[in-house]
Amino acid sequence: MRNLKSMLLGAVALASLALPAAAQINVKIGVLSDMSSLYADLGGAGSVAAARMAVEDFNAAAKGMRVEIVSADHQNRADVGSNIARQWFDRDGVDVVVDVPNSGVALAVNGVAREKNKVFLVSGAATSALTGEQCSPNTVHWTYDTWALANGTGKAIVQQGGDTWFFLTADYAFGHQLEADTSAVVNKLGGRVVGSVRHPLNGSDFSSFLLQAQASRAKIIGVANAGGDTINTIKQAGEFGIVRRGQSLAGLLIFISDVHGLGLEAAQGLVFTDAFYWDANDGTRAFARRMAAANRGIHPTMVHAGVYASVTHYLKAVEANKSAADGKATVDRMKAMPTDDPLFGKGTVRVDGRKIHDMYLYEVKKPSESRGAWDYYKLRATIPAAEAFRPLAEGKCPIAGS
Amino acid sequence: MPDIFGIPPQALFGQLLLGLINGAFYAQLSLGLAIIFGLLNIINFTHGAQYMMGAFVAWMLLNWLGLGYWWALLVAPVVVGAFGILIERTMLRHLYKLDHLYGLLLTFGIALIVQGLFRDQFGSTGLPYRIPAELRGGTDLGFMFMPNYRGWVVVVSLVVCFGTWFVIEKTKLGSYLRAATENPALVQSFGVNVPRMVMLTYGFGVGLAAFTGVLAAPIYQVSPLMGADIIIVVFAVVVIGGMGSILGSILTGFGLGIVEGLTKVFYPEASSTVIFVVMVIVLLIKPAGLFGRAR
Repeated sequence: MRNLKSMLLGAVALASLALPAAAQINVKIGVLSDMSSLYADLGGAGSVAAARMAVEDFNAAAKGMRVEIVSADHQNRADVGSNIARQWFDRDGVDVVVDVPNSGVALAVNGVAREKNKVFLVSGAATSALTGEQCSPNTVHWTYDTWALANGTGKAIVQQGGDTWFFLTADYAFGHQLEADTSAVVNKLGGRVVGSVRHPLNGSDFSSFLLQAQASRAKIIGVANAGGDTINTIKQAGEFGIVRRGQSLAGLLIFISDVHGLGLEAAQGLVFTDAFYWDANDGTRAFARRMAAANRGIHPTMVHAGVYASVTHYLKAVEANKSAADGKATVDRMKAMPTDDPLFGKGTVRVDGRKIHDMYLYEVKKPSESRGAWDYYKLRATIPAAEAFRPLAEGKCPIAGS
Repeated sequence: MPDIFGIPPQALFGQLLLGLINGAFYAQLSLGLAIIFGLLNIINFTHGAQYMMGAFVAWMLLNWLGLGYWWALLVAPVVVGAFGILIERTMLRHLYKLDHLYGLLLTFGIALIVQGLFRDQFGSTGLPYRIPAELRGGTDLGFMFMPNYRGWVVVVSLVVCFGTWFVIEKTKLGSYLRAATENPALVQSFGVNVPRMVMLTYGFGVGLAAFTGVLAAPIYQVSPLMGADIIIVVFAVVVIGGMGSILGSILTGFGLGIVEGLTKVFYPEASSTVIFVVMVIVLLIKPAGLFGRAR
């Protein structure tokens, strides 16, 4: 009896070792985000939830894939972020780093992923340098970038007569790039940039900068910052009567979590560019319902949507390659396959790593137009995929040269 | 009028005034820290979290109980002060005889826990809090548009700061406090209940932080991180003013607000570091701080 039992146990143990090993592909996803500071609501725990949902929906287990998700807080510090990425790649067997809001951190991780031949799927970071001079064969920049924001919002505003600009810019990689990209659009369309002021990241009082913007007499104050900084800027602009006294604010990067935090009273009328709105179609609404349930009622931002869609496409590429080991090979496959997901629809990943899809120009509703919490945007225009992103040639991406 | 360093005088006046407003927050927060350090010998790192809690209590009163800003100014300091007293009774009192470091570590730990709990509950984006109807709008001062609410903040905080200074330096109650700082055993022997006085002083200092939080709620976003952002600066203010000096912390608070305001005009990139540069210079020249006395 005892013999039989131990034989059976042995057989089971052998089978469990042998069976999956033949076909199973192991994938380890590392969600690296701001989990505790000013970008935590637009990325953070929501990005982890989105990645988890993508893995569930991909039904990885049935396809012989074992997908594991780990996450970490980069604290908005490039050194912390690149150290975590290094440790993940070297020690923990992570195959792909996802999200990384904060362009400074993302540029650092971009280098590490390339060095280790792993994959970097960018959703949260904005700088267009990731598909420009610093582009990498291991990186896909999914959701949006500074060029797309500048092109969408800048163009719309200059065409409506907003031809003199003053920038209020976050003093790091992202702010600088956003200011540069928007200035280029304004100048190209015959407008003029009359000045700018650069504030430290994560400030709380913006009144001094707003007063400088006011003194510049520019028609448009371009708000080139993000998250908590944007919220405080817009809130205090209301306090100082900036808009009532004839200047307009251009929010160059607005997330739905910012609008929710500001309230419609303060945010109404803002025009901005976004890659995703939860209330666009049945697919996005279903996603939003699940995300809200998983993430304290917060409806998904475009960053969350980008995490979901990029992880989905990544898993498809790994499945096709039957391995996640070679990062560049996986990204090459991602570029070769057309993308298709319920949030962004059909699209492509360009040779420089830029994901191409439509972008949208939205306006924040008046309180009277909103049916309640999270009903915030009305669509002003759709920017077709072909025009939404920087043309390949202008990016000066070395790997796209030949 | 000629420009001053390339800036029109009107703009400069505006910036000075804004600096003064920010200084009002620094002054009130560093005042509370100075009082607590003076009497309890505790470096209260929870101060920022208590300031944040004040703002959150205001938000909760409005959204959960329908009590507006004016009620919040009264209720929030009491609620958060009571929380402070609870901490003093159960934890801090055991540390008075130990090195400063223990109090600092304990209060720092409490601050992290409180902030973490609020972030978990309310998220990092923060919540909107509107300026009360009576104080909306603004006044055109000629050189700038002055929101009424900011004017109110400066006036209130001047009254609170100098009122506190007056009570501590010029009244009999204040003399007990100061005596207890010097020699608690002697004051106790005169029949003054020193432990209760210490407890209430901590409660008052914490209440002051919460009061400042309520004042800040309509200007900044009510966010779990608002305290962590400001507390480091406030500590620098206290160090520059001289640890434990009441008047020093008030004057330094307003003064550094103005220094920071001017930096935002002439070299905005350095506006988050200028206070620490001042701190280094002051410590090199006067290690006890501008208004402190060497012990």
